[in-house]
Amino acid sequence: MSRLNEANIILAKEIIGRYPKARSATIPLLHLSQQQNGYVTNAAIAHVAELVGATSAEVLGTATFYEMFKFEPVGKYLVNICGTMSCQLLGADELMHHAEERLGVKAGGTTADGMFTLEHAECQAACTEAPNMQVNYRHCHRMTTNAFDQLIEDLAAGRLDGEIPPHGTLARVRQQIPADKAAGVASLASPAAPAWFPAPEAKP
Amino acid sequence: MNTYPWAAGYIDDGDRPKIVTSRFHLEDSYTLERYHATGGYAGLRAALGRTPAQVHDEVRGATVLGRGGAGFPAGVKWGLMPAEKYPRYLVVNGDESEPGTYKDRLLMERDPHQLIEGSLIAAYAAGLAQVFLYIRGEMPLAHERVATALNEAYAAGYIGRNILGSSFSVDIVLHWGAGAYVVGEETALIESLEGKRGEPRLKPPYFPAAIGLYGQPTIVNNVETLSNLPWLLTNGAQAFTAIGTETSPGTRMVAVSGHVKRPGVYEIVNGTTTFRDLLYGDEFSQGIRDDNELKAFVPGGGSAPWFTPDQLDLPFEGKLVGAAGSMLGSGAIMVMDETTDIPKAALTLTHFYAAESCGQCTPCREGGTWLERVLQRIVDGRGTHADLDQLMEIGESICPGDFPHAASERLGLAATPFPYKMTTICFVGPSAYAPVHSALTLFRDEFEARIPASATRARKQIPVTAVGAH
Ligand SMILES: Cc1cc2nc3c(=O)[nH]c(=O)nc-3n(C[C@H](O)[C@H](O)[C@H](O)COP(=O)(O)O)c2cc1C
Ligand code: SF4
Repeated sequence: MSRLNEANIILAKEIIGRYPKARSATIPLLHLSQQQNGYVTNAAIAHVAELVGATSAEVLGTATFYEMFKFEPVGKYLVNICGTMSCQLLGADELMHHAEERLGVKAGGTTADGMFTLEHAECQAACTEAPNMQVNYRHCHRMTTNAFDQLIEDLAAGRLDGEIPPHGTLARVRQQIPADKAAGVASLASPAAPAWFPAPEAKP
Repeated sequence: MNTYPWAAGYIDDGDRPKIVTSRFHLEDSYTLERYHATGGYAGLRAALGRTPAQVHDEVRGATVLGRGGAGFPAGVKWGLMPAEKYPRYLVVNGDESEPGTYKDRLLMERDPHQLIEGSLIAAYAAGLAQVFLYIRGEMPLAHERVATALNEAYAAGYIGRNILGSSFSVDIVLHWGAGAYVVGEETALIESLEGKRGEPRLKPPYFPAAIGLYGQPTIVNNVETLSNLPWLLTNGAQAFTAIGTETSPGTRMVAVSGHVKRPGVYEIVNGTTTFRDLLYGDEFSQGIRDDNELKAFVPGGGSAPWFTPDQLDLPFEGKLVGAAGSMLGSGAIMVMDETTDIPKAALTLTHFYAAESCGQCTPCREGGTWLERVLQRIVDGRGTHADLDQLMEIGESICPGDFPHAASERLGLAATPFPYKMTTICFVGPSAYAPVHSALTLFRDEFEARIPASATRARKQIPVTAVGAH
């Protein structure tokens, strides 16, 4: 069940086909497995390894380097509160404290109903809009404790389902490279200069 | 006041030239339709009307300094690849995660076609046969906008086989990260793109232009750097260098955050705008919140040594800022007013770099951890006087010798200019030390005030970390 399903295998092969070396698709495929299952399972790691031609240990080694990959179930909504400089200067500690009280869990914990996982996060590239947080990596700028409560209420009631997909879904739009338009991978097996690119001595 | 709900943080008051943010005031700036209606893809057409060498010369002539942190001119970088080694690749660095930095995300969300067009121009000029656009994982909106724009551009014949009927053919592949600050470093970015842990490679020999992705010549350029190219090719190098100064032409995107009245992301004229303009100017951040006194500011992202009011009249110019003891980095200014708890602020930044260490180099892994622990105990009121010297000693193990810092009139201190020596592979290790060194050098009194009277100089010793072990 937690190997990639049929539809995702097709997608995975398409993604792999875009790289000169299959192993480059490791992180995109781990995201795909996380989108399917909500977290990265052992079976998914083995499956990704098969698909990209690496060992499970290699894929696990890669996966554990990156903070976005979770190896056990997390809430439907991952609430990441930024604690880096500009947010810190403008109330990140207070926001985190409030979030812990409101959700009844400490940072790192998941609510009993499986809806919310609360995390400390680092700089979210929104420093002018401090204090910031993200829900499933969607930015929430200039947060206040009231806005936080409202957000949690809206999420719990399903009012934001259209805007914020469940944890694991990264982007709702995928790149398509139409076969009839593709230039094709720049393969290591063809070490010639590209057609449009004259070698120095051939320059007009 | 010109702010836009669809571009949170972006402010374009005043009458400044715009190169990369010229469409931000338009709500639908990310669509191909709007891009076409506002001159989009004219730069690519102009490029394809010339030889790759001519386009390269144009970019070299404009001195487009890299906007990702190191400030290396793009045209010069493209010329560093070995002549006869193919294929060559382009990796677009959209991993923006340096504390304080907020511009590349805006450029990807608000004007993805501009980035795509810039990437195409670079690929054409430098003979790069495939483009990988690496976007930070925690930016799904940027992904969606760039993915949509790529799909539109393929359909319209701007990307792929025989672009606009020419012999120029290249694919752009959208790649996504998964959360690791150090991956923004160009060799780590390449490791990550190869499906591995994002651990930086040793330079030399692994300069990407020589030995990059799959061991092939690879250009890594920042999102903002590439976003300049459509305008540059449309308007010419002369128009580009007419803005800014000779050493720093064009514009730069700068985010001013922290304790200012009006935090914002501004496209500024490169090289001439001063920090005073940025922090106090009407067009910019309009002063310190509550009219408080300015205590200190970080001029170029969390890795940069700090400035104080003494440096306000410096222009935002790389060489001058370097001589004054800091760096411009990624265009990120973080402002601390008089109420700021300085040891705590230093701890916040040191924690960031310590947590983001990839662990390859002992001085970074161990040193960063110890800097954070010692700092934490000082902040908690459990520090000793010996701890203050200890912090500097740990720093010495990461960066032996003089570390850059700003001048201080109050302390009668002259500046120590950039650069510094380091015992680590990349700049994460030194970056953990930079805030500690700045805070301790410029505000030692605040640290001493945190040390309980009961603490004596001799009391506590911690193990000295292993030095230079790699
Ligand atoms: C630790 C570290 C993190 C970095 N993060 C980024 C980043 O997020 N984005 C970026 O463009 N450059 C980043 N850089 C700089 C890159 O290594 C590289 O210099 C840059 O992408 C080159 O592009 P440019 O010449 O166009 O500036 C980082 C460097 C270091 C040492
Ligand atoms: S300095 Fe730190 S982050 Fe950089 S390579 Fe060494 S251990 Fe890794």
